[in-house]
Amino acid sequence: MSFTFTDENLAKIKELKKRYPSPEALCLPCLWMAQRQDGFIKIDAIDEISKHTTLPPMEIYRVATFYTMFTLSPYEKLNVQVCKTLSCKLCGSDAILERLKSKDVNVTHVECLGSCGTAPVMQINDMNYENLTPDKVDSILEELS
Amino acid sequence: MRECKIVSRKFEIPNSHTLAVAKAHGAYEAMQMMKEYSPLEIIQIIKDANLRGKGGGGASAGEKWELMPQNSEKPSFLAVNCDESEPGTFKDRQIISKDPHLLIEGILLTCYAIKAKHAYIYVRGEYKQYQDVLQNAIDEAYDAGLLKECDVTIHRGAGAYICGEKTALLESMEGKRGHPRLKPKQKEPEWFFGNPTLVNNVETIASVPFIVQNGAEAYREYGTEKSPGTLLFAMSGHVNKPGVYEAEFGTSMMEYINHYGGGIKNGKKLKALIPGGVSCGVLTAAECENLTLDYEALRNARSSLGTGGMIVMDEDTNMVEALKNILEFYHEESCGQCTPCREGTGWSDKLVGKILDKKATKEDLDKLLEIADTMNGKTICVFAPAVSAVIVSFVGKFRGEFEAVVSESKE
Repeated sequence: MSFTFTDENLAKIKELKKRYPSPEALCLPCLWMAQRQDGFIKIDAIDEISKHTTLPPMEIYRVATFYTMFTLSPYEKLNVQVCKTLSCKLCGSDAILERLKSKDVNVTHVECLGSCGTAPVMQINDMNYENLTPDKVDSILEELS
Repeated sequence: MRECKIVSRKFEIPNSHTLAVAKAHGAYEAMQMMKEYSPLEIIQIIKDANLRGKGGGGASAGEKWELMPQNSEKPSFLAVNCDESEPGTFKDRQIISKDPHLLIEGILLTCYAIKAKHAYIYVRGEYKQYQDVLQNAIDEAYDAGLLKECDVTIHRGAGAYICGEKTALLESMEGKRGHPRLKPKQKEPEWFFGNPTLVNNVETIASVPFIVQNGAEAYREYGTEKSPGTLLFAMSGHVNKPGVYEAEFGTSMMEYINHYGGGIKNGKKLKALIPGGVSCGVLTAAECENLTLDYEALRNARSSLGTGGMIVMDEDTNMVEALKNILEFYHEESCGQCTPCREGTGWSDKLVGKILDKKATKEDLDKLLEIADTMNGKTICVFAPAVSAVIVSFVGKFRGEFEAVVSESKE
């Protein structure tokens, strides 16, 4: 699983280094770039990030496993994140989860996505889909497939 | 009810997120006033206005700014907290997506006052689509030469509720796990790689331009003596028109819900309400009756105003299920640093699950309160004490409902 940053990302890293008092701050930005490149964080990316941040690889691994939005293995199917926290629950997230059971997607239950006023909500590829109904789920997934 | 729009003034204007439209409606006008004041005078104005932090704590912003050294050899920084992860809270996203230039203007004024040359905005990872709008606004501001004296950089989080705690936020920015730091004995600034740093919520910073431009007195026109100004209060759950609506402190809670929220959904009755994100103690309908929306009134009601994001629950809500839902959140989000929190959130979550599965005994309810007691006041940050208060308020105020479920248990 060899890993190298693209030239575009290397330029971004160089630019970001000027914006922080210490290179350790680049840990999260680099993890995001690595995840965006491959869809998940390859284990070799951690060694590469270590070089840019001066953090030991173990420390980067610790960080990558702490934050729920980072994944160290690829999603086989489309990843659908459904908010299950209180406001969404009160507004029918259970029905959304039920409908998603019949779909060929990877469903992740996540905590509050900050769309409580437009509940229930799901997030796919960084986009929020709000005010959901089971039927709306059908049409959104159809559009994305 | 008096309409007041200090932070939300441009929210309804189409394309107000662009520099051209924002400028046409008065953005960056406070910047011209700025140079008439010294940094210390700006801090005094903020203190006179008694601007209170709008991220949940409600501490005096001016007093926090005063802790920043004016003649430091090390560089000073501003970190703007946009990690908005408190369930029921969705106000800061309105600011960064509808009026990002108001935030940038507030950042410039704040950085001038605390002599910072670089501001970071820590945006929660889930807000990518709003973050992109904010980034465009920052790029526009750079192109227009507005950011000559101060840099602004967005730092993206990656899904950890605890990073909204100011010291965990700085740990996260330093490339580490979001573990809150031990609090110092004396009052001092926060530290980012050992450099003095101020951490403030998005809405706090977005309130600064109005105050600098119109003066402290104009801000104190709104709100109460001890809680001056306005807040982007929000409603979600069982209301007809959920959303974010700015109101002054001291507004009647029920009037707010009926006026802006259009009352409870489906003509039902109110059963309970969580006033400012799930970390605030739950209130019964009777308690909400004569309550006003300000820090003091909510504290007297033994809850707290928090972020002002109210979660409304109607008469059909199962309070045991509601508590289970909240505890699942805390169980997932505890950072794991302190034992009472790491173990207590999981244990209490399992116990309420046991009650719902009808496998609990009466002792389990007491055990739940005992765990709550163990979590209170024994940890580095206020996460566990908040969980403790939530459990005590739910079980204390709806004990009959919990006991009824327990009595249905088989054994």
